[in-house]
Amino acid sequence: MKYKRSLIAAAVAMLAGTAGAQVSDGVVKIGVMNDQSGTYADLAGPGSVVAARMAVEDFGAAKKGMKVDILVADHQNKPDVGSTIARQWFDVDKVDVIMDVPTSSVVLAVNQIAKEKNKALIVSTGATSDLTGKACTPNAIHWTYDTWSLANGTGSAVVKTGGDTWFFLTADYAFGHALERDTEAVVLKNGGKVVGKVRHPFPASDFSSFLLQAQSSKAKVIGLANAGADTTNAIKQGAEFGIVKGGQQFAGLLVFLTDVHALGLDKAQGLLLTEAFYWDLNPQTRAWSERFAKLHKGAKPTMAQAGVYSATLHYLKAVEAAKTDDGPKVIAQMKKMPSEDAAFGKGRVRQDGRHVHDMYLFEVKKPSESKGPWDYYKVRATIPAEQAFRPESEGGCPLVK
Amino acid sequence: MTEIFGVPTQALFGQLLIGLINGSFYALLSLGLAVIFGLLNIINFTHGAQYMMGAFAAWFLLAKLGLGYWWALALAPVAVGVTGVIVERLMLARLYKLDHLYGLLLTFGLALVIQGLFRHEFGSSGLPYAIPKALEGGTNLGFMYLPNYRAWVIFASLVVCLGTWFVIEKTRLGAYLRAATENPELVRAFGINVPRMITLTYGFGVGLAALAGVMAAPIYTVSPQMGADLIIVVFAVVVIGGMGSIMGSIVTGFALGLIEGLTKVFYPEASNTVIFIIMAIVLMIRPAGLFGAAR
Amino acid sequence: MTPHRVALALMIAFFALAPAVIYPLFLMKVMCFALFACAFNLLIGYGGLLSFGHAMFFGGAAYISAHAAKVWGFPPELAVLAAVAAAALLGFAAGLIAIRRQGIYFAMITLALAQMVFFFSVQAPFTGGEDGIQAVPRGRLFGLVDLSQVRNMYVFVFALFLGGFLLIYRVIHSPFGQVLKAIRENESRALSLGYDTDRYKLLAFVLSAALAGLAGGTKALVFQLASLTDVHWTMSGEVVLMTLVGGLGTVFGPVVGALVIVAMANYLAQLGAWVTVVQGAIFVVCVLTFRRGVIGELGHWLKKPL
Repeated sequence: MKYKRSLIAAAVAMLAGTAGAQVSDGVVKIGVMNDQSGTYADLAGPGSVVAARMAVEDFGAAKKGMKVDILVADHQNKPDVGSTIARQWFDVDKVDVIMDVPTSSVVLAVNQIAKEKNKALIVSTGATSDLTGKACTPNAIHWTYDTWSLANGTGSAVVKTGGDTWFFLTADYAFGHALERDTEAVVLKNGGKVVGKVRHPFPASDFSSFLLQAQSSKAKVIGLANAGADTTNAIKQGAEFGIVKGGQQFAGLLVFLTDVHALGLDKAQGLLLTEAFYWDLNPQTRAWSERFAKLHKGAKPTMAQAGVYSATLHYLKAVEAAKTDDGPKVIAQMKKMPSEDAAFGKGRVRQDGRHVHDMYLFEVKKPSESKGPWDYYKVRATIPAEQAFRPESEGGCPLVK
Repeated sequence: MTEIFGVPTQALFGQLLIGLINGSFYALLSLGLAVIFGLLNIINFTHGAQYMMGAFAAWFLLAKLGLGYWWALALAPVAVGVTGVIVERLMLARLYKLDHLYGLLLTFGLALVIQGLFRHEFGSSGLPYAIPKALEGGTNLGFMYLPNYRAWVIFASLVVCLGTWFVIEKTRLGAYLRAATENPELVRAFGINVPRMITLTYGFGVGLAALAGVMAAPIYTVSPQMGADLIIVVFAVVVIGGMGSIMGSIVTGFALGLIEGLTKVFYPEASNTVIFIIMAIVLMIRPAGLFGAAR
Repeated sequence: MTPHRVALALMIAFFALAPAVIYPLFLMKVMCFALFACAFNLLIGYGGLLSFGHAMFFGGAAYISAHAAKVWGFPPELAVLAAVAAAALLGFAAGLIAIRRQGIYFAMITLALAQMVFFFSVQAPFTGGEDGIQAVPRGRLFGLVDLSQVRNMYVFVFALFLGGFLLIYRVIHSPFGQVLKAIRENESRALSLGYDTDRYKLLAFVLSAALAGLAGGTKALVFQLASLTDVHWTMSGEVVLMTLVGGLGTVFGPVVGALVIVAMANYLAQLGAWVTVVQGAIFVVCVLTFRRGVIGELGHWLKKPL
């Protein structure tokens, strides 16, 4: 029966191929897959769905007579759940593109299935730079940021502004190690020094012991090579131990606006971090974020959510231009056309699937500098698009010739 | 500077002190488990969730009612304890005649329900809770900077633990309790309402968990999962101690906090597993645990 | 025909015919979990030992089979075999420690040991940490049958499931199974009759671990993925729940329980946190009012143990 279904699918594909300019089953189906209730629910979650809907509306799908459906699923940050959903979406529900996907492990699992089923995947929240490196496929695009760009942005900019001695607080698993390794390379390249590091278990709730070690290292910057609750807990307890008051500074290697919101400025002040988007960058981002907040319980968008908006819009434009929703064809079209929207401004998609745009180094404001809720960042540096991401030649992506 | 195995003694003192703070939480939680186990013969799997509820109660009191830390310290354990009493009356009380394993399964299920509901309601990024004004700042001890709040945690949990020990081991009320553990029929013959005593004991144990939760709120992020992994470590602590005595569970709690602290200095990679390894070793040598008598 | 034979025929018929209407991947998942639950049930239902750490065998074996198939290039049958052997070995080590205590202590000790295995899996390089081991090749069975075809894979999983199930069935009804039951009912009596109860318990533990390993190793090939989910304590909880829902100590209960719980997790996945709430609520309801489970109640009603 499986066999029969794939036969039909093949027949449909052939028909679509001969007709050339068709959208399969008359509907463009976008599956937003992310964490709807766990650790990453606030930074992506339902907000990403809101962002995708806004993109469909702004694209004017209804006016153009294009039917667009948005499906939502919760992968609970588990690669097995994510891959089960992806298979069902592609096999049974005829989803054309999977969007968002936080958690590197799930990204890699879904990436493989999208390749196998020859559909499309556009990642906004997932971080792994392997997606445009050794795991790159003609079916996937990485939109918002990746571990390399965060390490690079925070690492180089911090060293250049005087933070030249580093101590790493690293989550003891693959992801933490990768962040630490990438950042350390950047720090050293820019003439900085790493005076020490400590691997903390993952997940950890108590960081006091590691913070003491960081404190006694006298490093100017404490790099947090971890994510989510580990990062916020480390910062929270760092405030308690007087780390920032003692003249040291935290550099978060993966921190989102919602993390800062949860921490409060009192604890997070002085934190350095790199992001692809902040609502208060320019009039366009402000206007767009205002609309977003109205639809999403007053919360400002994170870079992950803004990325879903920007990516969905560009995807729909590419479907329109290519006159098909066939996975690799739309992806190829997305790489052909430059992207532009209110959230990310101008950008382009490289052959390896990397969407490049400006990145920003932010410093978290002091409570006295903030004008109210969500007014958290000040721009320390803008990292121009061409320097913000790993050079295409270094990723090892076979698509790059 | 003098050194021990390449670590300056000064830093070592700091780490030991930190270990003691974690030990405070282990002690409070394992004490609650031991008290409940003593009378109900139930391993309270919900303990982690109730610890979390304590932290959330503190957050709720501050954010919605404007009542600060000190109020929370008094009110949250009572409020959570009352929910414990309800649970005991409605559910646990029906299981006393059955295999004790059913109590474990029931409380496990309850823990899932509670954690799921809180996750649905509050998300899982966590909520902020500030350190009370009076305990802000810290003291420079020379070898480390000790935040005042952490010092308070050690002090408060020592007082609570020793107070509980005193009540149970040295007072008449405690004597009834201990007697009821041994022979409920006999105690009933003395005209004491044993079921009510059981209910209140469960409420008290739960209250202890909630108290630990309130104390944890300013240090850790208040989040629905905060108790889920902690409770497994506390189980290991309880197995090492042996549940035999109240004092045993207190001492093991603090001691394991210290050992864990040392591990974080000498071999941080193992700091998550060290307690489990100790548990395995203790079981090989003394199956009943350090302070336990075989049941 | 005895009720057991009828039930067995029904079960075989279901899994043989269902792929025509139900998504085969889902059914393979059900079979893996059913075997896992049956292995767990061997311990609790017939040995009276509640293990709260069976995820360590299930997930640990998944890692071994995934690693063997992907890195060492083992064919699927050897990958699964390696997984079973590793799980049995782990079961032996954990069993030596855990069977020193009974009842609640046993549950807590297995839970703590499993948590240790979990932390090991997070840190060990070969497990891939949070990414897990991905893109595991299904390979060719005995070098001949291409398992990347869904139909072939289905038959392979079905055969393993059925083999494991029948093995457990045999064990339960063997003299060994009888001794286990005697130990569960009254350990000191069994001891006084001259049975070395610790050895029996350890053997049952190892057997249960090995079969859980069979389930985990197979699952890794089905999903071409081994991840932390399978070693986490929630997995240990899930298998308890499956067995409880189906009926502790019934032959077919764990299979039905696995079907119910996997289906629920699949179709409620959209609801996020509610899945946990519903699972917890089922636990509570089962313990309070439905202790026999689905098959247990059915058997009670038919007056025949199933």
